[in-house]
Amino acid sequence: MLSNLINRKIFTLLKVQYSNMLEYRVEIALWAISGIIPFFMLNIWTNNNLNESINISDVLLSRYFLCAFFVRQFSVVWVVFSFEEDSLMGKVSPYLIQPLNPFFRYFAQHLAEQITRFPFALIIAFFFFIFNPESLWIPNLGILLLSILSTFLSFLIQFLIQSIVACLCFWTEKASSIERLLFIPTLFLSGLLAPVVSFPAYVKSWIYLTPFPYLIDFPANLLSGNETNISGGLSMQILWILLLLPLFKKIWSEGTKKYTAMGS
Amino acid sequence: MNLRKYLKVYKKFLHTSLASELEYKTNILVDLITAILSLIGSVFLLSIFFQNNGYIGGWKFEQALIIQAIYTILNGITNTWFNPNLTEIVKHIREGTLDFVLLKPIDSQFFISLKKINPSGFLEIMLGFFLLLFCIRINQINLSISFLSLSLITISCSICILYSLWFFISTTTIWFVKTWNAIEVLRSFLYIGRFPLNSFSFSLRVFFSIIIPIAFITTIPSEVFLGLSQLWKILLEVIVASVFLMTSRKFWLFALKFYSSASS
Repeated sequence: MLSNLINRKIFTLLKVQYSNMLEYRVEIALWAISGIIPFFMLNIWTNNNLNESINISDVLLSRYFLCAFFVRQFSVVWVVFSFEEDSLMGKVSPYLIQPLNPFFRYFAQHLAEQITRFPFALIIAFFFFIFNPESLWIPNLGILLLSILSTFLSFLIQFLIQSIVACLCFWTEKASSIERLLFIPTLFLSGLLAPVVSFPAYVKSWIYLTPFPYLIDFPANLLSGNETNISGGLSMQILWILLLLPLFKKIWSEGTKKYTAMGS
Repeated sequence: MNLRKYLKVYKKFLHTSLASELEYKTNILVDLITAILSLIGSVFLLSIFFQNNGYIGGWKFEQALIIQAIYTILNGITNTWFNPNLTEIVKHIREGTLDFVLLKPIDSQFFISLKKINPSGFLEIMLGFFLLLFCIRINQINLSISFLSLSLITISCSICILYSLWFFISTTTIWFVKTWNAIEVLRSFLYIGRFPLNSFSFSLRVFFSIIIPIAFITTIPSEVFLGLSQLWKILLEVIVASVFLMTSRKFWLFALKFYSSASS
């Protein structure tokens, strides 16, 4: 009964948000284009033969960056910016009255956006293969499903981290600057710009204890067929989710007590 | 055009926007840490590229650092002036408040380009200058009047090109209403300004010097610092900068003809 209700709620939310997102196709296409930085990086790597020093062939490296692009496309999170705007405008108040945590709404928004984004990402991948036909490959079904799972887990980790930051809005109003701060290590350490294998030893020694390599490097390695520890990576992702979820619940319940409606 | 009047108005702009931005003091601190981390991150990325290679696209590590320094200065300028003002255009047009700007007895481009200021960008500019001074020392560059004036000219041209690019994209809002994501696309393209142009493949080099002249923005000033730049390149940059500035002005006046207020 209860699960049925939750299912129906989630389904309705998704449907509403999907039709909402379809309105903004052009923006989502542009957003997909703005994610092409990994391809520029790939260009630097292969054009200067930098991959020889880390023992990854051209083909595997280009697959890696393509997968990094895909993983990034489906794990982009912007909940803190939506929440900040809603809380500054006082839109959070009506959400709080509803018998549904407002973060479910944002969650559905993100999922719907990912569905809308999917065709654009495919088009970009299509062009990528036209320019690099030798890197075309078809991952087997098991690996594909596992990498979809790990991409989703990566999305969950980032969604939870950002939701925690978003809850800081209850105290500071401008939480997005904290998010921009957190984005910097995510950008440089997640493997979006350079695969984690290529990092110097003094970084590699501690980086696997942080959540960053599991955001892009791990799912991208998995999907592209580069060497990676599948069970270890998945369990670390789940571990981080289990750590972050109670933290989010705690900060949410503290924050809502602190909340004073603004702008209404 | 009355220069004294505009200076006086600009003083007022500075005063009001500084006063409102200094309300969020912790924000400025967080932004400073973000700028420092982002610089560390890009130097880290650069060091990965140079791990086993002496040269990237014909540039040594010490020389490539100059590009980072100039990029940081320009990014600081973007964050101080372009970003806070030109993202505001989107808001003006969506909410129809551009009417009030157009009614003011002052040039509308002047008003929307300089109204706001974000003081945390200053710190980033200073950071870039420190790195530049450091680079001048480690590359043993002799400071002379002609060198200083040439570098000043090229950097000012870079600023003009950068401003025009931002202004172009923001102006398109008049037709497309929501261009947040177009700005994101520009931002991701600008990202490649952190690396020497020669490190990219030929086709990308052509794209980034003819279609979107990002090559001019950081690479040419850096070449001036190293004394590598030929005169024709500098002349070309001056021409490109003035063409961009003039067309951006024309484009704004042209776009205004299509402006048809909103929700009023």
